[in-house]
Amino acid sequence: MFRLLEQGRSGEDAVTIDLDGQPVRARAGETVASVLMREAEAWCRATPVSQARRAPYCMMGVCFDCLMLVEGEGLLRACQTYVRDGMKIRRQIGARHVVPSC
Amino acid sequence: MVVDCVVIGGGIVGSAIAYGLAGCLDDVLLLDGSDGDPRAAQANFGLVWYQSKGVGMPAYQRLSRESVQEWRSFHKEIEDMSGVPVEFVGRGGLAYCLGDEEFEARQAILSRLASQMADTGIEMLSRGAVERLHPGIRLGPEVTGAAFSTLDAHVNPLRLLLALQRAFAHRGGTIRRSESVQAIETGRGQFRIRLKTGDVDAARVVIACGEASRVLAEPLGMTLPFTLQRGQIIVTERMAPFLAYPSDRIRQTACGTVMIGATKEDVGFDPGTTAAAAAGLTARAIRVFPDLAQVSLVRQWSGRRVITPDIAPLYERSAAFPGAYACVCHSGVTLAAYHARTLAQRIAGRGSWHEMEKFSARRFDVQAA
Repeated sequence: MFRLLEQGRSGEDAVTIDLDGQPVRARAGETVASVLMREAEAWCRATPVSQARRAPYCMMGVCFDCLMLVEGEGLLRACQTYVRDGMKIRRQIGARHVVPSC
Repeated sequence: MVVDCVVIGGGIVGSAIAYGLAGCLDDVLLLDGSDGDPRAAQANFGLVWYQSKGVGMPAYQRLSRESVQEWRSFHKEIEDMSGVPVEFVGRGGLAYCLGDEEFEARQAILSRLASQMADTGIEMLSRGAVERLHPGIRLGPEVTGAAFSTLDAHVNPLRLLLALQRAFAHRGGTIRRSESVQAIETGRGQFRIRLKTGDVDAARVVIACGEASRVLAEPLGMTLPFTLQRGQIIVTERMAPFLAYPSDRIRQTACGTVMIGATKEDVGFDPGTTAAAAAGLTARAIRVFPDLAQVSLVRQWSGRRVITPDIAPLYERSAAFPGAYACVCHSGVTLAAYHARTLAQRIAGRGSWHEMEKFSARRFDVQAA
């Protein structure tokens, strides 16, 4: 598990995102991937083919391993997506369905 | 170096012919271009398709249908020989109609095709029937129905190209990459193919290198009338299977991506892609399947088709220089089975060339007269 080098000033710039239904604290201006990396369950998706778990890898938008479902926007690279207060993030398990089952 | 036959062009057309020839002749050499050359075979949509082809030209209708039929056994043949699965799915194919006008226009095409051939195997489906074919996804309100042909199919065109070339090598053929034909010289009943890497002599030469074919065919007395047409395609992220049937503009591949195509643009050699094309292609796809609006696009590309004046292929045999042939067409995937079997045998001297005459460029002279 990763942790912030600088624990700090968690006051005015703190936001809360919803990760699979759980509230997770984040810092304004950071990416969804960096928040995820501090979680105990730092995986973002399970692949469509073998359902193997994946975590953010390149952290610079190239590898597409960190795809996560962002409510209202679809499957995005978590490392290229900035957190917003109240945003809902879901881990993508297996292939995405064109018509959501839920 | 001396060989029985040189095939110029390592795309799907040239590779299919070369593969077929390798089953008839001893030494077949396939000359492929460089990575920087324009490669229509690598920008392809991947349909094995006959339902819209040959209106006003029954010979092309029969040719397309025959090849689509041949594909049933052809894909197994090249898969077995190459070890490359080509993802052939042959349950049938659809052409969706939006609004009554499109439905009626499509119906008119089917009537014309039916007047040229008994039992075309193509029918119009009502909206309800189209819905029953797609239990996993809803249709847009404008969808009035679709044309459905029971034989149409799709395939992975990149895997097809790989399979053809591996099967060709398995039959003893030789592929040389990054070649560029400088000239074809004639004399003493032989052809001398001038390459930067040395000369090759051959009894037969087949020109099948797409848009580069004309300049090589002309000195051998073969005129190849065609223009270039840019096609843009976009592809989505991988989705769980929801489309059981390919259509002329939307198909879901074996790995789950959805390909949406294709534009038909007269822009010369411009290899670019445009936002307008992406917008137009996606807008139509969403009118057919509204839920596609939630799906991300991941890539867009373009390729250039060679388009003959009547869309049908050109099969040319040089009268002045026996042993020289040319094959140019935009539907290399659909016709791959025909090219590998019938056309290759005719080039190898098996069977009469007579049926190929209908696809000579001379057909255009007749119309002009």
